Amino acid sequence: MSTTTLGDGRLRSHGPELVTLSRETRAPRRRVRVPRGIERFAGVLLLVGAWQVASSTGMLSADTLAGPFAVGKTGWHLVQDGTLTSAMWVSLKRVLTGLAIGVPLATVLALLAGLTRVGDDLVDAPMQMLRFLPIIGLEPLIVLWFGIGDAAKISLIVFGVTFPLYINTYTAIRALDPRHFELARTVGLGRMGTIRRVVLPAVLPGFLTGLRLAAAVAWLILVFAEQINATNGIGYLMIKAQQFFQTDVIVVGLAVYALLGLFSDAVVRFLERKALAWQPSR
Amino acid sequence: MATEPVTAFLRPRVVNVDGVARRFETRAVLDDVSFELRAGEFVALLGRSGTGKSTLLRALAGLDVEIEGHIEVPACRSVVFQEPRLLPWARVLDTVVLGLRGDDARQRGRGVLSEVELNGHERDWPKTLSGGEAQRVSLARALVRQPDLLLLDEPFGALDALTRIKMHALLQTLCRRYRPAVVLVTHDVDEAILLADRVLILGDGRISLDVPVDVPSPRLRTNHAFARLRSQLLAQLGVDEAAEGLHESPVKEYVS
Ligand SMILES: Nc1ncnc2c1ncn2[C@@H]1O[C@H](COP(=O)(O)OP(=O)(O)O)[C@@H](O)[C@H]1O
Ligand SMILES: [Mg+2]
Repeated sequence: MSTTTLGDGRLRSHGPELVTLSRETRAPRRRVRVPRGIERFAGVLLLVGAWQVASSTGMLSADTLAGPFAVGKTGWHLVQDGTLTSAMWVSLKRVLTGLAIGVPLATVLALLAGLTRVGDDLVDAPMQMLRFLPIIGLEPLIVLWFGIGDAAKISLIVFGVTFPLYINTYTAIRALDPRHFELARTVGLGRMGTIRRVVLPAVLPGFLTGLRLAAAVAWLILVFAEQINATNGIGYLMIKAQQFFQTDVIVVGLAVYALLGLFSDAVVRFLERKALAWQPSR
Repeated sequence: MATEPVTAFLRPRVVNVDGVARRFETRAVLDDVSFELRAGEFVALLGRSGTGKSTLLRALAGLDVEIEGHIEVPACRSVVFQEPRLLPWARVLDTVVLGLRGDDARQRGRGVLSEVELNGHERDWPKTLSGGEAQRVSLARALVRQPDLLLLDEPFGALDALTRIKMHALLQTLCRRYRPAVVLVTHDVDEAILLADRVLILGDGRISLDVPVDVPSPRLRTNHAFARLRSQLLAQLGVDEAAEGLHESPVKEYVS
């Protein structure tokens, strides 16, 4: 191999230039390292700060949008006198009741349609048609049927929850691997055993995706239904506030909706992590 | 294998296939297949790709309801497919004992897992297993049922050469212990000679050749009887041996 003499007298053989791969060379160090979380938080802080400045300087009047400080204070008062907590509880109960009816309903319908021929013909065709109904557009009918009480709101939520959950679960059943059924036969699993050991676990990911959609839809419909006509709940709080230009209360209501939605999403995500530990992507 | 072909006919018959045919639409993949198997007999089923080996094996497994002709098989059968066919949501031990009843099922499952050298992997998810490990789980799942008939559809086809050699040795050991009748579908002539008591070749919808493997162990490729049978089988399969030789695997020494 040919060699050259470097300036400092060392010998060096000719070959391709080599580089060292390590953490330092691959990701050049920044001079100041700020944790991602803090950076992201700083963005939010900046926005809220700008909002507060706009409110304090009078650029943003309280009738248009109350400042963050005022919103926080109002929220604290509403919690202390119990208004907010009882309204939250009323709203949460509506969503939970809607889910408690819609989830089993959708699951049973999807199993019927996915696993039996008769069920497929009788259930799936109408479901595929009805899923295109704009659920919110059902409101006038629902009010005629159930009045303006809780029953109307809950049944609207049931409608909204059932379709996304049904579609996702049914699709997952349809996508079952026939080779897994073959396996079930060769190891002598019966019909119930096959459903328990093969069908349900395989369908679970699709079901949980549907459940997350369903939870999101449930909150959306609740917000709508509570603002049309209600005598309690978060939406009622907001509509009443609108009449008195209490934008701070409206923002508090929005924040509570957002938090509740976030919370239910976190619950489903937690279920997914627990139940789908076997999935390759996890 | 260590069976004596001379006395094989004295053992009870466990498989009787008589005049079996299978059509897909109008095309007859199996036309008139007949053969018998004695208890504990290890048979390799060779054939070019698409000749209906898997179709025949599925018929023996009882997975095909549209088969014509007469098939008699033991009630207790196990299948190992080409791909391990594990359920992604079932841990290794749960997969092995899938469909088994009885209090001692899990205990037996653990025993068989250690026989395929997978102790300690009982709670693993299938996604974490290598190809060879996954196929060993599949083998354990088949053997834990102590079948009278073990059906293997190119079980080592997807494995690398080194893993395949290990699996051959493992399969031999386990078959000696559990003594099932075995039908091993393969496209690998050497694998057939190495493992089987008898080789069947499927061609044109029939068994076109049925020969005993009279090669003394250890069955090395360099052995004359090995080479002679190899030529015979390749000729029957319509493969030009000179061309085939070019593709010989670099790992030659099989353990018998
Ligand atoms: N379910 C099926 N429908 C239609 N044709 C099939 C089906 N299964 C197998 N065949 C055909 O039968 C032939 C034999 O298939 P197979 O038994 O898988 O062959 P081998 O296992 O010997 O390679 C192939 O030509 C294949 O296309
Ligand atoms: Mg095949």
